[in-house]
Amino acid sequence: MRLNECRPGQIGTIVGTVGNGPLVQRLMEMGVIAGARIRVVRLAPLGDPMEVELHGYRLSIRKAEAGVVEVSI
Amino acid sequence: MKPARAARRVAIIGNPNTGKTSVFNALTGLAQKVGNYPGVTVEKKIGLLAPGIELVDLPGMYSLAAHSPDELLAARVLLGEHDGEPRPDLVLVVADAANLQRNLYLTTQVIEIGLPAILVLNMIDAAERRGISVNTRALSRILGVPVIPTVAHRRLGIAELRAAIHDSVGSPPPRPSWTLPEAIVRERDALASRFGANAYILMRALIDEGGPVEQFLASRMDGDLRDALAEARARIRVSGRSPAAEEAEARHRWIAGALETTVRREERRKSLSERIDNVLVHRVLGLPIFMLVMSGGFISIFMWAVPFMDLITGAFGFLGELARRLFAGTPLQGGALESLIADGALAGVGGVMVFLPQIVFLFFFIALLDDCGYMARAAFLMDRIFRAVGLSGMSFIPMLSSFACAVPGILATRTIGNARDRIATILIAPFMSCSARIPVYSLMIAAFIPARMIGGVLPLQGLVFGAMYFVGIFAAIPAALVLRRTLLRGPGSTYLMELPPYKIPSPRSVGIRIIDRSRTFVRQAGTIIFAMSIIVWALGYFPRPPEIGRAHEALRAEARLSLDGEARETRLREIDREEAGAYMRNSVLGRAGRLLEPAVKPLGWDWKIGMATIASFPAREVIVSTLSIIYDLGKDAEDRREKEALIGKLSAARWPDGSPVFTIPVAVSVMVFFALCCQCGATLAVIKRETNSWRWTALSFGYMTAIAYIGALVVYRAGTALLA
Repeated sequence: MRLNECRPGQIGTIVGTVGNGPLVQRLMEMGVIAGARIRVVRLAPLGDPMEVELHGYRLSIRKAEAGVVEVSI
Repeated sequence: MKPARAARRVAIIGNPNTGKTSVFNALTGLAQKVGNYPGVTVEKKIGLLAPGIELVDLPGMYSLAAHSPDELLAARVLLGEHDGEPRPDLVLVVADAANLQRNLYLTTQVIEIGLPAILVLNMIDAAERRGISVNTRALSRILGVPVIPTVAHRRLGIAELRAAIHDSVGSPPPRPSWTLPEAIVRERDALASRFGANAYILMRALIDEGGPVEQFLASRMDGDLRDALAEARARIRVSGRSPAAEEAEARHRWIAGALETTVRREERRKSLSERIDNVLVHRVLGLPIFMLVMSGGFISIFMWAVPFMDLITGAFGFLGELARRLFAGTPLQGGALESLIADGALAGVGGVMVFLPQIVFLFFFIALLDDCGYMARAAFLMDRIFRAVGLSGMSFIPMLSSFACAVPGILATRTIGNARDRIATILIAPFMSCSARIPVYSLMIAAFIPARMIGGVLPLQGLVFGAMYFVGIFAAIPAALVLRRTLLRGPGSTYLMELPPYKIPSPRSVGIRIIDRSRTFVRQAGTIIFAMSIIVWALGYFPRPPEIGRAHEALRAEARLSLDGEARETRLREIDREEAGAYMRNSVLGRAGRLLEPAVKPLGWDWKIGMATIASFPAREVIVSTLSIIYDLGKDAEDRREKEALIGKLSAARWPDGSPVFTIPVAVSVMVFFALCCQCGATLAVIKRETNSWRWTALSFGYMTAIAYIGALVVYRAGTALLA
């Protein structure tokens, strides 16, 4: 499933990213690469963006942009 | 200072939130110079590390892959290819010790550039508290560079770092023990031999498709570079992956392997930071807490600043008086030089300094919240709202700062990576009601808005004051939307932000930041406000027709003959003020005001308001003192009695047909105009500097003046119709 479909508290493994361009490249540089563990920590009070944890740090990302990340739970 | 060539130069680079600035401060102290890199609007900070060794700061970034001008600049500086910048002799890479998988990404890229390097493992204490222990010796062996653990804000490890710097300057560059994917290396070498440019820069152009490196090279090189890059990328893609994915996966794979043997983690229970976040960004409580923090902070800034501002106003009033006294009895008494010093120069410096208390408190508030980690959460909380107008949560801090002053607000947009988002933020930031508008609002409200309660509870004057803030915000929303759909059309805003763990703010780094930012404010806004004050002074002073002086001299002679004692003194002061008013009405500024009257008449204004508006170009609050002079009250309307006198004069002002000039709709129209216009020399100068374009500067002034004019016209017409 896609990262934006995950609920807070869910932990998954990144399968890969879809598409290319600066956003996808930046995500990969920040560690969003196949095999990494990722946890959805919470959604912002207004429902977007989402906060995720990977490689021991916290990243906030808009749901629309999290849609390019494929994860398996 | 010594010439740059003689000095050794060390560069410092690192991810955001690694304490890079703390390391910089610990190594250099306050001996810092801030400026811009030649030819670009990227901030350049230089400090003295040791005699003959300069430390130069590079912007915070996650990767040398160039998505923004900052990253392009960093790569070119490290390669010694940026004109006017000597190549560093050594580069320090600052990394968050708790976060090495991500931080070593940039580290490996920097090491490949071929300069001697040192890895600074900062915040090692926080990492240890989280159960992470790093074998620095093993890590150093794998990376091929010295690794120094530090806790920079407590100055731990700084002596060791200094020693390592002295040992490493001039040593041979490291030889990376990792290799990039074969396909990338092959294409890079082919491009390098064909185009003769730096292999590293060509590799970045190859990988960072469509980015600034490609554009930069294409604009400087003959031949079909773009085609060659596209062909090379197509050959790499045969494997099924983009060049960017090839690089990222190879690096992360190598880093994961390196960390496996050098870093040990014990699982710890929920960190304190996580528990704090459970409250501060709570689904229900998060926004109310945020509103409370921001409004509480802002109210305190304004309250704390008042006594200091009064002190500064008083001090400059005293200095002006002193200057006049020094001239008294000399042949220069009452001359142009006295006026230039007292009304031009001192008033100009005072006009800058009076804002300093608020600016300092604002920077304190922002530095505190930023250093402890809350500002990143503020952006996280606000992103959804800013996205609705085509911006992102990154625009929050610039907007917040602009309520104190647009100058620091615009400077704060430097953290916005997306160029379109950044320019849109710069263009709407001056709509936020800054503190220079407060004197305008409070004069007009005190004079013309009845001190009534609405429904017995809501003070009307307070409501109007608050409404002025909302006028700006409500104008900014459609302005941002329209800009993002027209001149700044393009992909939507971007938002991707690290949420660093909370920490106790370091007094030292907060202090240094306040001093640093305040210095920048005084230098940037100060010089402009000062220069404009002198120009506006001259326009309001010259020419001085001798008839006015003779006529008032005659009045004085008459008063001296016919009156004595207290009455004579009072009359003489009155004549002085009338004379000053007469001179100003006849000055270039006064004439310009009259010329402008047809343009401001639809707003319900007379030429005096028009003139005072032009005079307020250096700083908006000048309108108050200009109105005082033109209504023959002398210039010190800050004094309460004088202010009451001004209110009386304004209320008594009449059109030639006998109807009052100032009605409630006129007062509101003046306030709305000032809420919406970009009538501020310092703001425009900073916009020019930060956008590097006269076009955006002219646009800011033009469109905001147009909106201000329309807004003032609408409220005046609507108000008049309602009251008729």
